Amino acid sequence: MTQINGKNLLFFGLVAALFIGTGVMQSWNTMLTILNMGLISAIMALGVNMQWGYAGLFNVGILGFTALGGLAAVLVSMPPVPESWAAGGPRILLALAAGAASIFATVMVYKKMPAGLLRVVIMLAVLIGGFMIYRAIFDPARDAIEAVDPALTGYLGGLGLPMLLAWPVGGLFAAGAAWLVGKTALGLRSDYLAIATLGIAEIILAVLKNEDWLARGVKNVTGLPRPWPVPYEVELQEAAWFLSLAERFGADPVTASSILVKLSYGMLFAIVLLVLIWMSEMALKSPWGRMMRAIRDNEVSSEAMGKDVTKRHLQIFILGSAICGIAGAMMTTLDGQLVPGTYNPLRFTFLIWVMVIVGGSGNNWGAVLGGFLIWWLWIMVEPIGLWLMQTITAGMAEDNGLRQHLIDSAAHMRLLTMGLFLLLMLRFNPRGLIPER
Amino acid sequence: MDVLNAIVVLANFVIVPATAYGAQLALGALGVTLIYGILRFSNFAHGDTMAFGAMVTILVTWALQAAGVSLGPLPTALLALPIGIAGTALLLIGTDRLVYRFYRQQKAKPVIYVIASLGVMFVMNGLVRFIIGVDDQRFADGERFIISARTFREMTGLSEGLAIRTSQGLTLVVALICVVALFWFLNRTRTGKSMRAFSDNEDLALLSGINPEKVVLVTWIIVAALATTAGVLYGLDKSFKPFTYFQLLLPIFASAIVGGLGNPLGAIAGGFLIAFSEITVTYAFRRFANHLLPEAWEPEGLLQLLSTDYKFAVSFAILLIVLLFKPTGLFKGKSV
Repeated sequence: MTQINGKNLLFFGLVAALFIGTGVMQSWNTMLTILNMGLISAIMALGVNMQWGYAGLFNVGILGFTALGGLAAVLVSMPPVPESWAAGGPRILLALAAGAASIFATVMVYKKMPAGLLRVVIMLAVLIGGFMIYRAIFDPARDAIEAVDPALTGYLGGLGLPMLLAWPVGGLFAAGAAWLVGKTALGLRSDYLAIATLGIAEIILAVLKNEDWLARGVKNVTGLPRPWPVPYEVELQEAAWFLSLAERFGADPVTASSILVKLSYGMLFAIVLLVLIWMSEMALKSPWGRMMRAIRDNEVSSEAMGKDVTKRHLQIFILGSAICGIAGAMMTTLDGQLVPGTYNPLRFTFLIWVMVIVGGSGNNWGAVLGGFLIWWLWIMVEPIGLWLMQTITAGMAEDNGLRQHLIDSAAHMRLLTMGLFLLLMLRFNPRGLIPER
Repeated sequence: MDVLNAIVVLANFVIVPATAYGAQLALGALGVTLIYGILRFSNFAHGDTMAFGAMVTILVTWALQAAGVSLGPLPTALLALPIGIAGTALLLIGTDRLVYRFYRQQKAKPVIYVIASLGVMFVMNGLVRFIIGVDDQRFADGERFIISARTFREMTGLSEGLAIRTSQGLTLVVALICVVALFWFLNRTRTGKSMRAFSDNEDLALLSGINPEKVVLVTWIIVAALATTAGVLYGLDKSFKPFTYFQLLLPIFASAIVGGLGNPLGAIAGGFLIAFSEITVTYAFRRFANHLLPEAWEPEGLLQLLSTDYKFAVSFAILLIVLLFKPTGLFKGKSV
């Protein structure tokens, strides 16, 4: 949908210059690290842009969907732990099935019985009874699993499948959670969805942190296998062809291997990003996309035309969240570990929003541009802030308390800066850098 | 069978903490609900407003403590509270002038306000971290307990103790004063009445010559007072850490929605409902049951429904149930 015009090319050129500048001034290694996370951020921004730009839905649970993607990466790629499965695997599954069955039974009671006090009582009885049964099966099974070599495993492990498979699975996980939230909160006022997504994100995070049998909780799962074409640095440094290649470029083999690994990740992520952009652009151009924008611009008249607004909203909410899930799985792949403690809503949810608003809501290329630009700034504001603080305080004495405090606080500059970016953009250029056509 | 001890255990671990927590949530939810009623958006910066207010109060408290001023058995923070409120009011009014007023003049959609409030949240969060840092800060002083567990045991001769901390008693008293003052203001004064009129029907209120800017200004000042008080009380009761205040956003929103957004009475009821469910569901009832059941039946497990880490799940579940069955909240609030 985007016109290829001078202004848009200029913006992308500027962002490219920022990255190349980082490569020249600092190191190509740093630049690739930022670029890879930039690619992932761009994909998340794409997902949020679908929800916000196409449909005007306000999702502040990006963190949760990303974390679910990370969980998918662990569950798909890690090798299973046979001892844990023997200790309590089937029992855990049985417990989960019992839990699901009791919820299903409650819903059936609600649907089949006439309204009244009796229905409420029976629903409560089914729920509480189901919960007791669930806990009775679940608790011993969990303890048994978590007791299996807790320093190394203590969890069920994954399926031992190729990592690339985890990416679509991450999308599916996120889609499932999005369905649950969307089903309840869509069709009500717009901020209810926001609050519901905020809640589901907190809960997903709490589950990841506390359910050790699932993904080791805060003990973290480390050493995730890499996806297919990405080599390991150690192997590269021993391969003859690589050493001769490094020698030809006159590079240090250790740095060169790290760069090559990051490049291969970058290629993979870029392919995913391009495919997703292509798909979203095609969708936006199609009658479906036009319908979406029509609904966003005027819900009442679209409803009058026979469109089921809530259903369409649910559809796009699930799609956008699934993209966030895919990005989450990719991020965990890149990190090679799942660390639930690092999932911070300010960094994962709200920063993505800054990207979308600054880049241009309703425009896929804008969201991508915002993703790269804001991620670069997020990383760079800290050193810039530190430098600024040192310059400001240069006249003060070394042991001045205020000076120490200012320099120590420089790390918090980024939140302030990002907030200001968001507010200024929203006020003076609400359509973003690359506006919707 | 020991009913008295069982009741004391329940009071000590559930009723007293939940009442204090409920009062704190209610104060927070009142702020959210007022903003919602007058300015018509869900303010995501509210948690960080509370943090900011508490921070100003803490800084003043430290200054007072350093100057040797104290309130005797009461925490010095009470003395610093008015200054904290004034500081927060200035910040909120400044934010309104710089950010929200523009969108009011534009008649922007509510969701634009919400996004703007995200930006404000970022800035406030950054400010708080910048000024006071991310660490835990303790600023409570004065007497720690109104009744300590040991005194209670000696007084009553029961085997279980009931402790009421000063901060808990104080929370309830201060919250009560705030709520009474707020309701008196809303129902008895001219400005309060114009605020309610504005909330009920904006056009009609404008037609009757109510100055919207004045209503908004007063709203922000009241919100500053409520948020700062809630923040300081929470900080006195638990401890001050900027990130916990951000996390309070969810239970506060849940309280306001459960009670019915825009309805002050609902916000109070919602606050207590959320607090009591959170604590009841995550409390381990073993000791309580041990007193009631014969020895042979004593339970093996903790009798805890959910681990305390899932307390957010409780507010969320209540929120979902209310949204599913009664989207306007238990007390009639605004919808759409």
